[in-house]
Amino acid sequence: MEKIKTMKEEKKKNAQAPWADLNLSNEKLIKIYRDMLLIRRFEERAAQEYGKGKIGGFCHLYIGQEATGVGAIAPLREDDFIYTAYRDHGQAIARGMSSKGCMAELFGKATGVSKGIGGSMHFYDLSKGFMGGWGIVGGHPPLAAGSAFATKYQGRDSVTICFMGEASTNQGVFHEILNMAMLWKLPIIFICENNGYGMGTAISRAMAGEHLFEKAAGYEMARGAVNGMDVIEMYREMSVAIERARKESLPTFLEARTYRFRGHSMSDPGQYRTKDEIDEYKKRDPIETFGSALKQWNVLSESAIEKLEEEIKAEVQEAVEFADASPQPPIDVLYDHVYA
Amino acid sequence: MAVLQIREAINQAIDEEMERDSGVFIMGEEVAQYNGAYKVTQGLWKKYGDKRVIDTPITEAGFAGIGIGAAMTGIGVRPIVEMMTWNFAILAFDQIINHAAKASYMSAGQFKVPIVFRGPNGPAHMLGAQHSQALESMMAHVPGLIVMTPSTPFDAKGMLKAAIRDDNPVIFMESEMMYGNKGEVPEEEYIIPIGKGDIKREGTDVTIIAWTKMVAVALKAAEELQKEGINAEVLDPRTLRPLDEELIIESVKKTNRCVIVEDSWPFASVGTEIAHRIHTIAFDYLDAPVEKINSADIPMPYAENLEHAALPSSEKVIAAVKKVLYR
Ligand SMILES: Cc1ncc(C[n+]2csc(CCOP(=O)(O)OP(=O)(O)O)c2C)c(N)n1
Repeated sequence: MEKIKTMKEEKKKNAQAPWADLNLSNEKLIKIYRDMLLIRRFEERAAQEYGKGKIGGFCHLYIGQEATGVGAIAPLREDDFIYTAYRDHGQAIARGMSSKGCMAELFGKATGVSKGIGGSMHFYDLSKGFMGGWGIVGGHPPLAAGSAFATKYQGRDSVTICFMGEASTNQGVFHEILNMAMLWKLPIIFICENNGYGMGTAISRAMAGEHLFEKAAGYEMARGAVNGMDVIEMYREMSVAIERARKESLPTFLEARTYRFRGHSMSDPGQYRTKDEIDEYKKRDPIETFGSALKQWNVLSESAIEKLEEEIKAEVQEAVEFADASPQPPIDVLYDHVYA
Repeated sequence: MAVLQIREAINQAIDEEMERDSGVFIMGEEVAQYNGAYKVTQGLWKKYGDKRVIDTPITEAGFAGIGIGAAMTGIGVRPIVEMMTWNFAILAFDQIINHAAKASYMSAGQFKVPIVFRGPNGPAHMLGAQHSQALESMMAHVPGLIVMTPSTPFDAKGMLKAAIRDDNPVIFMESEMMYGNKGEVPEEEYIIPIGKGDIKREGTDVTIIAWTKMVAVALKAAEELQKEGINAEVLDPRTLRPLDEELIIESVKKTNRCVIVEDSWPFASVGTEIAHRIHTIAFDYLDAPVEKINSADIPMPYAENLEHAALPSSEKVIAAVKKVLYR
C-alpha cells in the first residue's frame, strides 16, 4: 500500500524551478496562474455584486483555496469528470466554464451555466464533465463514485475527481463510499479541501483524531496530505493520483490543506477565527506565492503580470455587464425538466 | 407584555425548559459557540455550557439517533435536536421514521421517546432546489410523530414548551423567513397544547387555512378581500398531526367555503388530507369544493422571478377565494 508523503513546508533550496520535474510548458504555467487570478477577481466581484443585491441566496466564495481547485483540475483530460459541493465557482472557472456564464448564473439569468435555475451552489456543464455543484454536505461523493463506476463499466479510461470539505468526511455516507471505491477499485480521486472549518466549527471540535487523510487508512486506500496553498504541489500529487486511477483503476484520498480567506458564506461574519490566524494564512496566499515563483524563474515578468491583471479585470467587468444585461428566465420554463 | 422575535420566543422556551428540567439539553450544528446558524440558541451555550448545549459534527443521522437513544432510556433525558434546516434533516429520516416513530409501538409501550427535532422548514429566498423544501407533509405522513408548525412568537413559545414536555417525538418546524417577526409574548408561563388550532382572524364568508409562513399570506389576502366586502376567516391549525379537526369543521360549517394555503408541494400534502376530511365530514355544509394553493409542483428554481412564480402569494389566495365564492 502506497502512502503519499505528507507535505513538506520548507521549500527545497535547489537550483531548479519547483515544477522542473513536471512536464509543464510556460504556456501551461501561465494558464494555471491566470485561472487562479481569474477566480480571485471573479469572487471578489461576486462579493460586491452580492452586496448590491444582484446575487441572492447562499454564496460561498473560493478565495484562498484557488490553488487546490486549479492544481487539481489542470492535469485532467477533457473526458474526465468533476464533482464538487456548493463552493463551486472556482472549480467551474478552472474547468474552463466562462466567467460570463458563471456570473449570469449568480445573477439568476437565463444565460447562466444552469440557466438561472441552479444558482451559486449549482453550477453544471455536462459537456465539460463538470457535474456540479451540490448543496447537501456529504451528498455528492456517492454520485462521484457512481461516475467512476460508470466509466469503468463502459471500459473508458476517464477518471472522476471529487472535491469535498473536510467537515463532510464526518458524514456516514463518506465511509460507505470510501469502502466501495476501494472494494470495487474505482478510478476516483477524493480531494478533501481541508480549510480548517466547517462553517464556524474548527475541525478539532468536530473530528476525532488528528490526521484527516488517515480516515482512508481503514480502507487501505492510497492517501496523503498535500499543501493545498501550493498549486504546483497540488498538480504533482494529482498527477500521480490520476495516473493511478487511469492506469490501475485505483482510488486515492488526498487531503489538501488550505484556508478560506472569507467567511463560510456571504452571511457569515466569521467571528470564530482570529485576525492573526487569517493574516498568517494570507502570507501564504497561493496566487502571490506562485506569481513570485513564476517571476523568479522568468516565466512571467512583473509587467506581464500587470497585463494579465488588466485583462482579467476587463473579463470580469464584461462578465458582470453580460449578467446584468441578460434576461431573467422566461416564466414558461417553470415546469421544464422536472422529468427528462 | 414583552414584544419578542420568533427566534427569541423559541430561545425563551428552550431556556425556561432547560432551567426547569436538568434532563433537557440541546444539540445540533453550530448551536453552541456560533449561537445557532439563525441565532435561535443565542446565549444558551454561555449560560449552560458544553454539557447541555452541544455542537455536533455535520452528521444529521448520527446525532438524531443519539438523541433518540438518549430519550428512550427512560432515565429522564429529554433532548432537543436542532436541524440547521429540514432539508438536511432528510439525512436523519431513517432515524426519525424507522426508529423514533416506532419505538413506542414496537415495544408495546415500554419505550417513550421524549425528543424534539426543530429547525427551519420551507423555502426562504433564492436558496435553490436543495435548500427550499417544505417537508411537513412527509413528516405528518408518519404515525408516531407529532408535527407542529408555529406562526407567531406567542405560539412558538407555548407550543415548543408543550413539545419539550411531551413524551413523543415531536417535529417542530419553523421558518427562516419568520425568525425576525415580532409579536407579544406574556411574561408568565403558558403552554399551548399539542393539537390545538387557532383562529388568527375571524370571518364569515370563507375559511382560509394556513400555517407558519403562509398565515401571513392568508392574512394579507384577507385584508385585501375585506376591501371587496369579503370577510375571510384565517385558521391556523398550529399542530398538523394530530390535527384540530373540530376547529376546522366548526369553521367550515360557519363559512361553507374553504381555501388551504401551503408552501409545500401539492401532491399528497397536509392540505390534501385536510380537504379530504372537510369533504367527507362537512360535505353537506360546503357551497364549493375546497381549493388548495401550493408551491408549484417542481424543485424550487433559483431565479427570483421563477421562485416568485412558484410560491403561493396573496394574489393566488384571493383568486382561489373568489373561485369558491363564484365571484
Ligand atoms: C447535510 C447538511 N447539513 C448541513 C448543511 C449546512 N452547511 C452547509 S456548508 C456547511 C459546512 C461544511 O463544511 P466543509 O464540509 O468543511 O466545507 P467548506 O464549507 O469548508 O468548503 C454546513 C454545516 C448542509 N448544507 N448539508
